[in-house]
Amino acid sequence: MPLLEMSDIHAGYGGANILNGVSIAIEADEIGVIVGPNGAGKSTSLKALFGLLKVSEGAIVFDGETITNAVPETLVRKGLSFVPQEYNVFPTLSVEENLEMGAYVRRDSFRHLIDMVYGFFPPLKEKRRQPAGELSGGQRQMVAIGRALMSEPKLLLLDEPTAGLSPRYMGEIFERILAVNASGVGILMVEQNARQALGFAHRGFVLANGQNRFTGTGAELLADPEVAKSFLGGGD
Amino acid sequence: MPEAGLLSVLPINEFVFFINKVVIGGLIIGSVYALGAIGVTLILGILRFAHFPHGDMMTAGAFFALVCASLAPHVGDPFGLPSAFVLMPVAMAATAAMAVWLDKAFYAPLRRANVKPVVMVMSSVGVMLMLQGLIRLFAGTGTRQLDPGPKDIYRIPAGGRDLIVTQPQLLLFIFTAVAVVALHFFLTRSRMGKAMRAVADNAELARVSGISIDHVVRTTWIIAGALAAAGGTLLALDVTFKADLSFNIILPVFAAAIVGGVGHPYGAVVGGMLVGFTETLAVFNWSVLLRPLQPYLPEFVEIPSKIAFVPTEYKIVIPFFILIAVLIWRPTGIFKGRTN
Ligand SMILES: Nc1ncnc2c1ncn2[C@@H]1O[C@H](COP(=O)(O)OP(=O)(O)OP(=O)(O)O)[C@@H](O)[C@H]1O
Ligand SMILES: [Mg+2]
Repeated sequence: MPLLEMSDIHAGYGGANILNGVSIAIEADEIGVIVGPNGAGKSTSLKALFGLLKVSEGAIVFDGETITNAVPETLVRKGLSFVPQEYNVFPTLSVEENLEMGAYVRRDSFRHLIDMVYGFFPPLKEKRRQPAGELSGGQRQMVAIGRALMSEPKLLLLDEPTAGLSPRYMGEIFERILAVNASGVGILMVEQNARQALGFAHRGFVLANGQNRFTGTGAELLADPEVAKSFLGGGD
Repeated sequence: MPEAGLLSVLPINEFVFFINKVVIGGLIIGSVYALGAIGVTLILGILRFAHFPHGDMMTAGAFFALVCASLAPHVGDPFGLPSAFVLMPVAMAATAAMAVWLDKAFYAPLRRANVKPVVMVMSSVGVMLMLQGLIRLFAGTGTRQLDPGPKDIYRIPAGGRDLIVTQPQLLLFIFTAVAVVALHFFLTRSRMGKAMRAVADNAELARVSGISIDHVVRTTWIIAGALAAAGGTLLALDVTFKADLSFNIILPVFAAAIVGGVGHPYGAVVGGMLVGFTETLAVFNWSVLLRPLQPYLPEFVEIPSKIAFVPTEYKIVIPFFILIAVLIWRPTGIFKGRTN
C-alpha cells in the first residue's frame, strides 16, 4: 500500500480549477519528484495535499487514512510536513526558535530532534541564536527543512528547495535531502533542476496544465525521449 | 566666593518642580500609554488590523474595577491599598473575557470570510462606537472616584521642594515595569509566546507548522485585554473615572504603537514613554525655570508668566505631531516594525 496516494485531484484558489486531475503515489521511504513548466500546478498540488486550498474532486489517502481537505494542524500530527516555496522561515525568530515551531504539535521533549537537525545541517548549530532572516539563502533553506523535520514526519513535502541557490549550495541541499531520506523519511519534492532530481528520484511526475503528463520511475522518465524533448531542456 | 554665588543662583526648587511635572508626570502617563500600546501593537502584528476600541476597552476595564471596588470597598484596607487596585485582577480577567468574546462575535466571522483589511478596520470602528454607548449606558457620563479615600502621598525631600509621588502613581509605575518584564519572558521563553511571534512573522507558515492560530489569537486578546484593563484602572485611580476616558487616550496609544514600530511590544513601551514625555515637556511652563534668572537680565527683558510649547488644552495635538513626524522621517518606527 502506498504511503501517499492522491488520485485524480481537482482543486483551485476559488476561481476556476488549477488542478484538473493530478495523481501522485509514492511508497514509504521513497523520493518522489514533481517536475513541469512554470505555472503547471506543481506548488498547487502540494498545497492541495497539505490542506491549504479546497480539493473539489478526488481523494488523498495518507498512511491508510483519507485526509482530503484536512487542516495542516491535523496533517502535521499525522506525519506530514511541508516546506513552502517562498517565505518558509520565521525571519525574526532565531534559528533554534524556528526549529521549535516545527515541534509545536509535540508536547514531549524534542531536544534530541534539534540535535538531529544540527546533525543534518551543521552550519545551523553555530547560528542557532541568530534571526533566521539574517541567514544566507542556503542556510535559510536548511532552517526551513529543519523546521519541517521537527515533527518527525513520515513524509516531507518540499517545494523547490534549491530555488535561487548557487550550484555549490544546491549540491549540498540535495545531499542533505538524500541523507534525510536514508534516515527513513519519505520525500515528495518539486524541483526545477529536473534532470538532476530525476536522477535520484524513485518516482517522477511530469505535470503540465494541472494534469499528469508522464508518470514513472526517475530512470524511466530520464530515458523517455518525449520527456527529454519537452521538459528537460536541450539534450545534455 | 563664586561657588556659593552660583549655588544660590541655581534654581533648585524650580528644578524639582520640573522633575515633578515633566519626569514623574511623563513616566506616569507614559506607563498608561505603554500598557495600551502593547495591546494595540500585538493585535496589529498578529491580527493585522487597527483595534480602535482599545481605549474603550481600557475604560471598560476601569469600570469593572470601579464596580468591584464599590461591591467590596474594604478589601484593600488590610494592605493599605485602594480596593480597586487589589481587585484589579478581577477587572483584568473580565476585560480579557470581553475581548475574547468581542473577537468571537465580530472579528472572527470576518477573518473566516477572508475580508480585506479595510473591512476589519470598519468593523473595529463599529465595535468602538458600540462600546462607547454601552459604557455610557452602564457607567453614566459623570465623573467618579475609583478610590473614595484620600490618596497616600509620598514626599521625597530634594533640598527645598519635595519630589511628590502619589500611591496610585507608584502602583502604576511598578505594575508597568513588572508587566513588561513578565511579557518579555513570556514572548521569549514560553511555547505560546514564541508561537505568537511566529504568527506575527508569517501566519501562513505558522499554520503550516501546525500552530493553532485560534489559540494564538485568543492569547493575544487575553493579554491585550488584561493590560488594557490595568492601564485604564491605574489611570482612573490616578485621576478619576469618566466614560470618555478613552477619548484622550486612544490617539497617544496609537502614536506610541507606531512610534515604537508596529508589532514590537518593547517598541510600544518606549513609544509610550516617548509620547508621555513629549506631552509633559510640551505643556510644561518654562517660565518657572527661567524666572529665577530675571534679576540678572536687563530691565527691558521681561519673562512672560507662561511659556509653553503647547497650551494644556491642546495637549491632544501632540501625539498627532509625533505621528506625522514619525511617518515622514522613520515610517518603520524606532524599532523596525512591519511596513506592509
Ligand atoms: N494564490 C493563488 N491564487 C490564484 N491563483 C494562483 C495562486 N497561486 C498560483 N496560482 C495560479 O495557479 C497556477 C499554477 O501555479 P503554481 O504555483 O502551482 O505553479 P508551479 O507549477 O508551482 O510553477 P512555478 O514553477 O512557477 O513555481 C498558475 O497559473 C498561477 O497563476
Ligand atoms: Mg511553484
